[in-house]
Amino acid sequence: MHILEFEKPIAELEGKIEELRHLSDAGDVNIADEVSKLQAKVDKLLRSTYAKLTPWQKTQVARHPERPHALAYISTLIEDFTPLAGDRAFAEDQAIIGGLGRFRGRSVMVIGHEKGHDTESRLKHNFGMAKPEGYRKARRLMEMADHFQVPILTLVDTAGAYPGVDAEARGQAEAIARSIETCLDVRVPLISVIIGEGGSGGAIALATGNTVLMLEHAIYSVISPEGCASILWRSAENAKDAAEQLRLTAQDLHKLNIIDSVVPEPMGGAHRNTDLMMQTLSMAVESALRDLGGVEGGVLRARRREKFLEMGRAGLS
Amino acid sequence: MNWLTNLNETRRSLKERLVGLVAPKEVPDNLWHKCPGCGHMIFHRDLEKALNVCQHCGHHMRLSVKKRLGMLFDDGQFQRIELPKVPDDPLKFKDQKRYSDRLKDTRSKTGEVDAIVVAHGRMGGMNVVAACFNFDFQGGSMGIAVGEGIVAAAELAVLQDAPLIVIPASGGARMQEGILSLMQMARTTVAVDKVKEKRLPYIVLLTDPTTGGVSASFAMLGDIAIAEPGAVIGFAGARVIESTIREKLPEGFQKAEYLLEHGMVDMVVPRRDLRATMIRILSLLKNRGAAGDLVALPIDTPDSADQD
Ligand SMILES: [Zn+2]
Ligand SMILES: [Zn+2]
Repeated sequence: MHILEFEKPIAELEGKIEELRHLSDAGDVNIADEVSKLQAKVDKLLRSTYAKLTPWQKTQVARHPERPHALAYISTLIEDFTPLAGDRAFAEDQAIIGGLGRFRGRSVMVIGHEKGHDTESRLKHNFGMAKPEGYRKARRLMEMADHFQVPILTLVDTAGAYPGVDAEARGQAEAIARSIETCLDVRVPLISVIIGEGGSGGAIALATGNTVLMLEHAIYSVISPEGCASILWRSAENAKDAAEQLRLTAQDLHKLNIIDSVVPEPMGGAHRNTDLMMQTLSMAVESALRDLGGVEGGVLRARRREKFLEMGRAGLS
Repeated sequence: MNWLTNLNETRRSLKERLVGLVAPKEVPDNLWHKCPGCGHMIFHRDLEKALNVCQHCGHHMRLSVKKRLGMLFDDGQFQRIELPKVPDDPLKFKDQKRYSDRLKDTRSKTGEVDAIVVAHGRMGGMNVVAACFNFDFQGGSMGIAVGEGIVAAAELAVLQDAPLIVIPASGGARMQEGILSLMQMARTTVAVDKVKEKRLPYIVLLTDPTTGGVSASFAMLGDIAIAEPGAVIGFAGARVIESTIREKLPEGFQKAEYLLEHGMVDMVVPRRDLRATMIRILSLLKNRGAAGDLVALPIDTPDSADQD
């Protein structure tokens, strides 16, 4: 497993356990005893470390290469997933994946940023950095969901929209603006989950849900800590300070009423117990969907618009 | 008040005489402007007359909010509206300097509360609401106050049954307001949609620069998108693209003309023609004439033709 800088003491203990296990022959009671003592120590350290992660540490966890990404959640939570491709104008962009499927029996439209998990898939998904065609596909799929009265689930996980010449030439700004507009316009339940990194405009393009959930160690910010530091501190070295100031953690955003609830992660982060993470998120999405069930489409739309129209004006604590 | 006016005039003429006596060759800098486009020195009065456009190369320099609004409305007359107060420095943000201090500095320097001015007045006799960015106020960046300005302008347009014109000049989000500045993208999108839902024209005049979160929300959602010549318009900053992606930027990249060529704006209009162009568009959309009425009638009152 990829070890983050602050996890090194934990990794050392885990290494020792591994060594002892190698030494022991099956019946050695002393070693088994030692192993279980060390394991308890690991758990305690993991718990205490993850209970008080700094914003900068959370940024590392949110970007952890083994953290489950959108396709992982889809393959576990969504049955009969049927990917749909293309913006019908220019191209297919795998940085945003989307399609129809079934969540606990009901049809849903799932749309999410996918970062990829190895070199090949990262290139295929362009590291989760979408181009205009990605946002235009998202818009097309949201409109389709609206047409067929199917709830929408968005999974947000991107460093940001792709900053490239071709993306600009094809209207990156317009594509994001229209995606936001469509999110705020549909008359079906829209649930957004920030599963990893919610990076700026490229993230909010898919994140204006009736209900916005955020995983415990995910981040959501107007700019990356590195980007902010290089502008305001004139050095990317100050990313840690920027992360503190930006208030990008799920806990802070909940206090600011930007998100509706924080979805707890397994001890040591989503990547340490993917199965448990899937179960927890499944329950959270189910309960959010149930809360919105039976609400008339026009009311769903009006409530969503009212909620975002008020952001910043009221509810600041 | 006469004595005061007189005193001031006396002082001024005295000062002018002194300047004339003491330093005849030291011309104050602000009398002459160097054109960033061609380097020509332009006398300030000539520049003002030409609406801050270089008469040598056509370069469009920034325009103050006051001049911008004055140039658009009939007889230069418009009425500013007071914007609701919003929380200052909601996150208590601090980099090398406190954001609250930065705000204080900019406020005293500009005499403005934040980076947006909302006004209403007449254009070609039609009542119009306009929201204009002030780039001198922290790069025209969008925080809660700017979002509030767009919301207020949109609500005023709906209330007055008037078209809305928004004139961005902004580097993007106000970073020091963190996530709250990001949320203004959604907020302003809902706001301008309210105008569109009422079928009132929403015109965006993209001026230099319109980038980041401002371009990726209300600024790209106009019914009509007009850009000023040479204005930089785009999502990602050119430097970010160059450094992270290591791509060579094409000639004229992210300039108004480039956007026109790529189908992202309706037209690029020189400053001197802006007012007339906007009035023409507004009139075409507002005063649709007999044909517009004929289309609407049968849908609303299917029986009316028989009765008459
Ligand atoms: Zn791609
Ligand atoms: Zn010039």
